Amino acid sequence: MKKLMTGDEAIARGAYEAGVSYASAYPGTPSTEILENLSTYKEIYAEWAPNEKVAMESAIGASVAGLRSMVSMKHVGMNVAADPMFTWAYMGVNGGNVIVTADEPGMFSSQNEQDNRNYAKAANIAMLEPSDSQECIDMMKAAFELGEQYDTPFIIRMTTRVCHSKSIVELKERADVQPKEWSKNPAKYVCLPAIARKLKVRLMERMEQLAAYSETSPFNRVEMGSGRTGVIASGICYYYAKEVFGEEASYLKLGFTNPLPAGLIKDFCSKMDKVYVLEENDPYIEEFVRQQGCECIGKDLFPSTGELTPDVIRECVTGKAAETIAFDRSRLISRAPAFCAGCPHRGLFYRLGKRKDIMISGDIGCYTLAAGKPYQAMDSTVCMGASISLGAGAQRAFNMIGEKRRVVTVLGDSTFFHTGINSLINTVYNKTNTVNIILDNRITGMTGHQDNPGTGYTAKGDETTAIVIEDLVRAIGVKHVFVINPNDLKEVDETLDKCLAITDEPSVIITRWPCALKKFSKEDKAEFDSLFVTRNKVVEEDCIGCRACLKAGCPAMSYNAETKKVSINGAQCVGCDVCTQICPKKAIVKED
Amino acid sequence: MTKSILLVGVGGQGTILASKILTNGLMEAGYDVKMSEIHGMSQRGGSVSSQVRYGEKVMSPVIEKGQADIIVSFEKMEALRALDYLKPDGTIVVNTVEIPSMSVITGDEVYPEDVLQEIEKHAKTVAVDATALARELGNEKAANIILLGTIIKAMGLTQIDWDAILEANIKPRFLELNKKALQVGIEAVA
Repeated sequence: MKKLMTGDEAIARGAYEAGVSYASAYPGTPSTEILENLSTYKEIYAEWAPNEKVAMESAIGASVAGLRSMVSMKHVGMNVAADPMFTWAYMGVNGGNVIVTADEPGMFSSQNEQDNRNYAKAANIAMLEPSDSQECIDMMKAAFELGEQYDTPFIIRMTTRVCHSKSIVELKERADVQPKEWSKNPAKYVCLPAIARKLKVRLMERMEQLAAYSETSPFNRVEMGSGRTGVIASGICYYYAKEVFGEEASYLKLGFTNPLPAGLIKDFCSKMDKVYVLEENDPYIEEFVRQQGCECIGKDLFPSTGELTPDVIRECVTGKAAETIAFDRSRLISRAPAFCAGCPHRGLFYRLGKRKDIMISGDIGCYTLAAGKPYQAMDSTVCMGASISLGAGAQRAFNMIGEKRRVVTVLGDSTFFHTGINSLINTVYNKTNTVNIILDNRITGMTGHQDNPGTGYTAKGDETTAIVIEDLVRAIGVKHVFVINPNDLKEVDETLDKCLAITDEPSVIITRWPCALKKFSKEDKAEFDSLFVTRNKVVEEDCIGCRACLKAGCPAMSYNAETKKVSINGAQCVGCDVCTQICPKKAIVKED
Repeated sequence: MTKSILLVGVGGQGTILASKILTNGLMEAGYDVKMSEIHGMSQRGGSVSSQVRYGEKVMSPVIEKGQADIIVSFEKMEALRALDYLKPDGTIVVNTVEIPSMSVITGDEVYPEDVLQEIEKHAKTVAVDATALARELGNEKAANIILLGTIIKAMGLTQIDWDAILEANIKPRFLELNKKALQVGIEAVA
C-alpha cells in the first residue's frame, strides 16, 4: 500500500516493520513526531523519558535484555545522551538498537546548529543518513539487521527537511522478530577499565569491518551521468543536488556515512573533472574526501550555516541570485511567534519584565518568547535546565562582586523534570539565594503537548502517578515554596516581593495554570474550575485609548487608530483576565 | 515537469489540512508528490508555510525562490512576504483577511493599507475574501478549503475526484460544508 508520510512517520513505520518492541524519547523539534507515531502501534512499547540520557539508557537496557529498541531525539538532545552513548558503542547490542538524531540546519526551533555526524565518528557508531521517507523505512530495517550482525548500535541522522517533508512510501508487513536470549556476560556489559580496554580493541576492529561493508552497501551508490561533473551528497542534499545539476552530472549518493567508503569515493573522484561535495553544516564528508587525496569543491564555495536548498546551491555555483519579483519591502511587517491568547506565561512575564533590578535566567520552551517585545523579560538562554544553574552561578558572582542584583530563574515543568532538578539540588546544597520560578502549565507545550512526569499520563495515554512539583521541591530542601495562579497579577507581584526579600536562601515559585491550547484532562477540569469558560470585551465608552492593556502582548487584542479604542477578538479570547487587571479605567469586562 | 505550489499563512489558519488534502489528491491521481513544512516555534502565531511539489518524479521537497507556479496566501501580509517565491508569470491567490502581528498590536509597527495593491502591481493576483465566503456557508473555518479550491482550479486539477479525497480526510459532520467550500473556491477563479 502506498502512503504519503513525513520522515518522522516513516522512521516509526520502519521501526514497526523492523520488529522494534521498545522505544523511548524526550520531545524536541523536529524529532517529536517519531515517538508520537511509535506510540500508535500496539506492538511497540513507547515512553516519554524525562530527558534524552534516561531515554537512551532505557533503550540500552531493552536491547541488553533482548528486544529491538530505539531512542529518538533532537540534535542537542544527543549532548545530554552522549555519556551512555559513547560506552554503549563499546558494549555492542543484544537486540538491535537505533539512535535517531534530528539535526536542524537553519535552526528553525533550536538554539544551535551542531552537526551530529561528528558524534557518530567520535563514538565509533555506524551511521545511516536517509534522503526521503522511503529511505527512512529502508534504513531503519537495515540498521537493525546490520546492527545485530556486526554487534553495534546504529545512528540514523535526519535533518528538519527529512523529518518534516512528506513523500510516498510503500508499506510492508511487520517482521516476526523473536527476543534474543539474555545471559550473564560481564565481559560485554560491565565496562570496567580492564574490560573496556578489550572492548575498545574489538570496537576498532568492528569499525574496520564496517568500513569494508560501507564500500558495498546499497545505500552508497554511483549514478553516472553524461558529463564529467560529479556530486557527492548525503541526506536531503542529494535531492537538492539532483534538482540543480540534473541528469548530466554524476552522483555519488552516500547513505551509509560512518564509516565512509574510501575506495568508492576515490574511484568516483578519479572519473570526474570536477567534484562538488554538498552537505549542510560541517564539512564532514568533504574532509574525508580530501584525506583520501581527492580534490573537491566544498565549504570553500558553499555556506557552513543554514540550509543548502537548491536556490542556495544554484547561487553559489552560478554566482547569480535567483530572479524574483521586485516589490516594495518597506511594506512588510514582522510576524514573530507570540504567546497565545490565554497563555499562562503572560501574566508572570508582564510583571517580571517590569522589574529592573534583577537578572532573569531563562530556559528552553515557549516562555523563551518572553525575551522579545513587549516583555523583554529574559537575559540568558543556553540549554535545557540551565536557567537554575546558570542563575546560581550569576547570583554567586554578583554576591562576590558586591553587586546587589538578584537573579530570578525561569523554566517550565517539563524542562524542570528534564535537567532542572539537578540544578535545583545544586542551588539548595550550595545555599545560593536565587528566586526560581517553575512555570507549571501541566504539559510539554512548545513541542505540541506531550505528557510528562507531572501530568499523570504516559505517552500511550495510560494513567500514572503524577509527580507533584511542590512536594519534590520541598523534598530537595527548599524551605520557601509558593504555588500561585500566574493570571493573578497581584499574587504574582506579592510573591515576587516576598521571595526577593529572602536574601540568604533559595525560594521557588510554581505558577500553576494549564496551557490554553491543552486538551484538558479530567484532573485539570477538577482543579481549575474557571478554566477558560468566559470571554472579555471592552466597554467602548469607558476605554480612553491609553493602550496599557496592549503591553500584555495578547494576540486577541487590537487597537483602532481611528476610534482610538481597543477591541477584543471574541473568537480568540479565553477570559484569562490579565488585561482586565491592567486597564486603569476598568473598561474590560466579562461578556454576558 | 515538476509543479510547485506554496501555501502560506499564520499559525492556526488551517494550511496544514489544506495541503494534506491537496497532496493526497495528487498522489491518488498518480503523481509523485513531496511536501515540506516547518513546524515548531512558528506555530505560536508566527508565519507558516507548506510547500507542495508534484510531477512525474520530484527531487527537492523545497521550492526555490522565483519558482512557485502558484502561491496561495491565507493572509494578506503573508502573501507579500512570499512574493519572492513566485515565478514572474505565476499566480498569487490572496485571502484578503488581515491578521495583525504582535508588533502591530503593541504599536511598534503599522499594518500598511495598500498591501493588496502592492501585490497586484507586480503579479497576477486573485483576491478572495475566503473568510467572508466561508461565513456565508455557515463556518469561517472552511476558508482553508475554499482556498484549496482556488489552487485546484488555477492548476487545472479539477479532473481529480476531490469529493472522495475530502471524504477520506474530513469528519462526516463537516463533509457537506467542505464539499460546498471547495466548489466556492473553484468558482472564485476565472
